[in-house]
Amino acid sequence: MLYKRFRENFGWIAVTFPLFMFFGFLSRYPQIAAGEVIRESVLWVPSLGINFSFLLDGLSLSFVLIITLIGAAVFLYAGVYMKAYAQTGRFYVYIGIFMTSMLGLVLSDNMLLMFVFWELTSISSFLLIGFNHHKESSRKSALQALLVTGGGGLALLSGIILLYRITGSFEISSFYNMNGIITSHDLYPPIVILMLIGAFTKSAQFPFHFWLPNAMEAPTPVSAYLHSATMVKAGVYLIARMNHEIGGTPLWQDTVLVTGAVTMVFAALLAFKQTDLKKLLAYSTLSVLGTLVMLLGIGSKLAIKAFFIYLIAHSLYKGTLFLVAGTLDHATGTRDVTKLGGLRKLMPMTTLTAALASFSMMGVIPLVGFIGKETVYKSILELEYWGTFLISAAVCANAFVVMITLFVGFKPFWGAILPTPKSPHEAPLKMLIGPAVLAMLGLLFGLFPNFFISTMLEQSAESILSETLSLKISIWEGFNLVLLLSFLTLLLGGGLYLVRARVADRVRKVSLPALVRPSAWYDGAVEGMLSFARLQTRIVQNGYLRNYIIVIMVTTVSLASFVLYQSVGEVSVAPDFSITFYEGALACIVLVATLLLIISRSRLKSIVALGVLGFSIGIIFVIYGAPDLALTAFAIETLNVILFVLVLYRLPRFLKLSRSSNRVRDALIATSVGVFMTLTVLFASSFELSSELKRFFSGASVPDGKGRNVVNVILVDFRALDTLGEITVLAIAALGVFALLKLKPGGRK
Amino acid sequence: MYSVILATASRYLLVLLLMFSVFLLLRGHNEPGGGFVGGLVAAAAYALYFIANGIDAARTILRFEPLNIIATGLLVAIASTLPSLAAGEQFMTAVWIDTGVPLIGKVGTPLLFDLGVYFLVLGITLTILFSLAEEDRP
Repeated sequence: MLYKRFRENFGWIAVTFPLFMFFGFLSRYPQIAAGEVIRESVLWVPSLGINFSFLLDGLSLSFVLIITLIGAAVFLYAGVYMKAYAQTGRFYVYIGIFMTSMLGLVLSDNMLLMFVFWELTSISSFLLIGFNHHKESSRKSALQALLVTGGGGLALLSGIILLYRITGSFEISSFYNMNGIITSHDLYPPIVILMLIGAFTKSAQFPFHFWLPNAMEAPTPVSAYLHSATMVKAGVYLIARMNHEIGGTPLWQDTVLVTGAVTMVFAALLAFKQTDLKKLLAYSTLSVLGTLVMLLGIGSKLAIKAFFIYLIAHSLYKGTLFLVAGTLDHATGTRDVTKLGGLRKLMPMTTLTAALASFSMMGVIPLVGFIGKETVYKSILELEYWGTFLISAAVCANAFVVMITLFVGFKPFWGAILPTPKSPHEAPLKMLIGPAVLAMLGLLFGLFPNFFISTMLEQSAESILSETLSLKISIWEGFNLVLLLSFLTLLLGGGLYLVRARVADRVRKVSLPALVRPSAWYDGAVEGMLSFARLQTRIVQNGYLRNYIIVIMVTTVSLASFVLYQSVGEVSVAPDFSITFYEGALACIVLVATLLLIISRSRLKSIVALGVLGFSIGIIFVIYGAPDLALTAFAIETLNVILFVLVLYRLPRFLKLSRSSNRVRDALIATSVGVFMTLTVLFASSFELSSELKRFFSGASVPDGKGRNVVNVILVDFRALDTLGEITVLAIAALGVFALLKLKPGGRK
Repeated sequence: MYSVILATASRYLLVLLLMFSVFLLLRGHNEPGGGFVGGLVAAAAYALYFIANGIDAARTILRFEPLNIIATGLLVAIASTLPSLAAGEQFMTAVWIDTGVPLIGKVGTPLLFDLGVYFLVLGITLTILFSLAEEDRP
């Protein structure tokens, strides 16, 4: 609503939300820097251990600041970018939901609460990827992302519950010192596997990586925000957060390390044949996520340092580059990198921003990306066993990233001007501020790393490793092997860029066999699931009401009579033959009415017989002193008869539809149900019921409930919540009836 | 089939039955009765009127859309749980106010809740009834 009124400048209004959060949390910075941990907690479902408990420490504060800062840039940017789309108001709602749940995710201390936020981010991501819901590819990608991350979420939930069985608590902070107990427990391997599946699907690690490039169907601000800077980091965050509690074992470290390394290389290779700006960036994001996960797998002090710097650096430059890609798309109407060129004169500010971010991404001195890459290399070199292999893998992967950067950050701006669908122009101010600020921050962080990063790094490491690092960050460490590797990477990347133009066409033709493409597994799984669902529906839901009733009746009777049969020796049923006159007469009426109901050849007679039956039962209630029930039974029977007559009016003439064999079967089922009910009642009445409830309700009815009618007091006071639930169900049932009768195919109202 | 006797009688019976249903609702707390059966009786009253005078007349005299009555009922029932929250008690604790007026006496949220049930049951029954009755319309 607000949106409509301020359509032109909504970006400025929207941006206040993340900015407010940003400064709000920034004000906590001194506290956290001093090593404090802030907690807030509100009880939610204490009996299940689910609480709104939040925790703010170094790690979460870093994430919060990233989320809100990039959020601010993206919100402002989207104010212009999204104008071309319909229903922009909805966009802000979704992305607001996303930001809130993402903040919740990194702040929650309760694992179940975190899971809720986790799923919320998946859902908002689904909504945002499918924002162009009129395009089929959008819907498909959105569903794919939801299924993959949602499936991972379920694995995570199972992991959380297993963990609960060991620790007896959902609070992350409460098992801070339980690493020994957890890792030596029998359930430990499944916990690790389930949690990691959750994390890997979210952070798009191999073999779950395929959803992320497809998620590029989303509007660009979404890609910049969710699918590079924040949401995909949730998995990384989870691994980092749980590292201290359940990490430290070979199983955990090696799985994380290997998966990360494989993703890093694999994604980089896949990027080779892309030409779409956003897809290129997506594959480089995958590669970086792999690197981050790998660093956590290494788990040394240096690796954590590298992890942290690289995380911040990546968020800053990748967010920027995505926004730049969006600007290019906006200005020129194409995202195909081969069709772009020579825009530097026309879009000077964008060129500058892109260059800054690109230098950071390539790891050129003196930007923060350089420090990130240096520390990554250094921490890999520290490894003894895998070191040589991993460092070559990392250099390779990074060379590909450099190539991607050259494509995205420079190719569109330099060289000859190429014709584009739209005539290019410089982006408006609102689309420039966000990326420019982020890119500038990348430079500032690189020039003064100690001022910006050190404190948070120390506190985060405290959360991840519970050790202090005491490592200084510096940008210049002299000429050494690491610097050499950095140069090598740049050279290799440049070489790849040149080579690519020549072999690109040939590479594009090569497509991987289905066996090694996880997206093909995904398609197969979805297809299989759907056909299974169809099969199941055919069997279970065949559309015949009578079959449903038969299944329900037979199942109930056979299961329950089994139990009844087992306990048959324990009770002796003593039939009581002292019948009064009324009872005898009523029994006769009931019998006659039933007989009539069955043998009658006219529907009307059957209904009347049914009515007689109902009223007789009402009278039985009266005799046995349940006036409330009797009253209700009478009223319902009356209405029942009316309803039946109304339905009857619509039915065709009475026909003998069922074969005699069917009738015998129905009679058998009906008789067995009747016998079973009789036996059950006899069985139940042969026990002396504990009258504690009765005494309580009778005693409490007048003083607490202020009413003498115990039944009613129970209904509207003591168990009012149940009644509320029941009437809600009733209302829904009525809506169902209404919909069934009124809304017919053909649109007749 | 139109019966003059039934049509005339139903006009008076409608009022009587409705009064009876409210009576049932109000006495429910101490004697047999209550919102559920009250609602059913009220529905029966309209059903009778509908049988005698047809669906359009019944709809006219009801004035409200049955679906709206359902919604009202649910809202009233839920609203009756709010005073307990406002009073700082556990959710759905009954709150009683002693008005001190003779004949009325204490009024509490359970009555409001019962009123919600009353409307809801009335609405549901009539929704089903009227939908079925309008079935054979072109």
